[in-house]
Amino acid sequence: MAEFSIDRFVDRYAERTSGMSASEVRALFAVASRPEVVSLAGGMPYVEALPAQDVLEVATEVVRDLGPTALQYGGGQGQLALRERAAMLMAEEGVDADPDDVVITTGAQQALDLLGKIFIDPGDTIAVEAPAYVGALTAFAAYQPRFLTIELDDEGMIVEQLERAIVRGERPTFVYTVPNFGNPAGVTMSGRRREQLVALCRETGIPIIEDNPYGLLRFDGEPLPCLRSLDPRNVIYLGTVSKTFSPGVRVGWALADPSVIQRLVLAKEAADLCGSNFTMLITERWFSDDSRWRTALTGLVDTYRARRGAMLDALEEHFPGTATWTRPSGGFYVWVTLPEWSDTTAMLAAAVERRVAYVPGTAFYPDARGADRMRLAYCYPTEDRIRDGVARLATLLEDDARLYRSLHGS
Amino acid sequence: MRIAIVAGGRTPERDVSLRSGRRMTVSLEDLGHEGWLLDPAEVPLVEALAERRPDLCWLALHGKEGEDGTVQRLLDLLEIPYTGTAAFDCEVAFDKVLAKDALRRAGVPTPPWVVIEGWALRDLGGGAALGKAVERIGLPCVVKPSRSGSALGMSFVEREADLPQAVMAALSFSGAALVEAKVEGREVAAALVGADLEPLPLVEIVPKEGIYDYAARYTAGATEYFCPARTSQGASAAVVEAASTAASALRLRDLTRVDLIVDPSEQPWVLEVNVSPGMTETSLVPMAAQASGLTLSDLCDIVVRSVLGRT
Repeated sequence: MAEFSIDRFVDRYAERTSGMSASEVRALFAVASRPEVVSLAGGMPYVEALPAQDVLEVATEVVRDLGPTALQYGGGQGQLALRERAAMLMAEEGVDADPDDVVITTGAQQALDLLGKIFIDPGDTIAVEAPAYVGALTAFAAYQPRFLTIELDDEGMIVEQLERAIVRGERPTFVYTVPNFGNPAGVTMSGRRREQLVALCRETGIPIIEDNPYGLLRFDGEPLPCLRSLDPRNVIYLGTVSKTFSPGVRVGWALADPSVIQRLVLAKEAADLCGSNFTMLITERWFSDDSRWRTALTGLVDTYRARRGAMLDALEEHFPGTATWTRPSGGFYVWVTLPEWSDTTAMLAAAVERRVAYVPGTAFYPDARGADRMRLAYCYPTEDRIRDGVARLATLLEDDARLYRSLHGS
Repeated sequence: MRIAIVAGGRTPERDVSLRSGRRMTVSLEDLGHEGWLLDPAEVPLVEALAERRPDLCWLALHGKEGEDGTVQRLLDLLEIPYTGTAAFDCEVAFDKVLAKDALRRAGVPTPPWVVIEGWALRDLGGGAALGKAVERIGLPCVVKPSRSGSALGMSFVEREADLPQAVMAALSFSGAALVEAKVEGREVAAALVGADLEPLPLVEIVPKEGIYDYAARYTAGATEYFCPARTSQGASAAVVEAASTAASALRLRDLTRVDLIVDPSEQPWVLEVNVSPGMTETSLVPMAAQASGLTLSDLCDIVVRSVLGRT
């Protein structure tokens, strides 16, 4: 008799990998990415809107003029010229930054991982919004923290809840938030809450990680001050060009105190030595021409604004009265709340069968909540496809409601 | 021979199918055949087949359209021989409602079940009859979609209150759901290959979390396998007998896998049959082949000969 072990290292993996497993939802997403499916699932920027000729020119310039540098290793902190561009982009949102206090990372996603690495010991408590960006939850989860979830409302994180938790004796290692057009809820933290959060964290000595990928994608209303600009000493700020230029270049950054940056740079060097000089140079060149990047960004914002409109109109027209949703004034996402009995994870297969996909709400909670929620992204599909997708989802919700009524005799 | 390996498709098992398909392509090429992968989600199948006219199609599609007779009917029309079960028999075998009925008629032991149609629930007020299902089947029970693979949409129900949600989840995958009695015991798979559907050594499945669901099937290391199974000689013989009877009742061909549970009294119960069993690195049939000293190429050769034997 032979015992077949599919994975001969199975008893040797670290405990932190225990949550890393195959799942039905992942299997369904393999189908959802097919072109015939209207995907309201992925948050893919609409890079097709970028002027291809301009991108080609920049890439050519890099290869022609800076080839040997582009193809070489670089420093762990990232090129100074690019850090200056990052500082320039942050200034657009009122954040004052010294390029020396910036580390370039492989997307802001790597910064999340590195922050987890330098701050979280197994069992530490960290405070996150509920719902929170799934990529942050998975990045932090690898360091085995305990998640303290703070609910969101229309004004963003309910800071009073965090305060009550602190009074109860909770001392989170840090608070993580996406204050502008958050992922997945599309909610923006109000000015009042920003002041409250910054004051509370300053008093209690809890650092804030402010993740701001969508800040420059505002459709309407006035920008609110970044947390970092309210308290530069206590806020670690994360930025990225994934939404303002391209996620393919994998350029993001962290802005923090020199002591934090020093650790982040060492952690980054341990992880990957350095970022890609090639794509860093392309990014630096792209943002060197003020009119070029601003024109491209305006084009993107106009596209996303129209798509948000298409989605909100379609939701209004097709979705049942029992559903509610957020109305984002920027970013990529609408967050839908369905009747309490709904199970959006179970429903996904039927949705994909009808050629439409979304992300089930449970992905965005560390504690298995959110079955009655779904995230709809309007960033990538065209307006027609968005309307189509929402209408298909609505018929599914209707069928599901009839099933539910039959099964529960009401 | 020129063999098109048809894999991929548009079902949730797409990735699994592509992994199976790529392995089959390599194994068939090792036998000296000219093999190429054809993904009907990427290219129009009929045109692609007309263009490169294969002698044979190896069907590695999983799930609807691949296992329910759809692609088989198309190949019948195009007069291209294919591996596996014939179109109509696929339709029956893939639909657990039809298959379990056929098994019962043939005297194959299969756990008691009732069927709940989505349509009956939505339009005929069938929900009121759900209590009846629990009365008939008892708890704990298993709820599964009638037409789906890889345990997608399946759930185990301990409490009656959880049944409606499990039914809704199963109906997300298929028009009908089965509520089936949960039989406790050893989970075993019987692979049958060739023109005479010879049994390969039985594989025993021991999921670490106790449930052989999608994650347990496709996360390397989440399940332990023993081959041959640790069942007694008598029980093993009874399993092979039940699997063979099931296969012949459902007129399965070439390569198939029958999933069973052996209860503490050593009685085997057939849970389901697979007309296109997974052939990935974590799949059961390749494991059974290996235990019997066959390489994947040997296995492919047996299957190809079986197809040629009837054409």
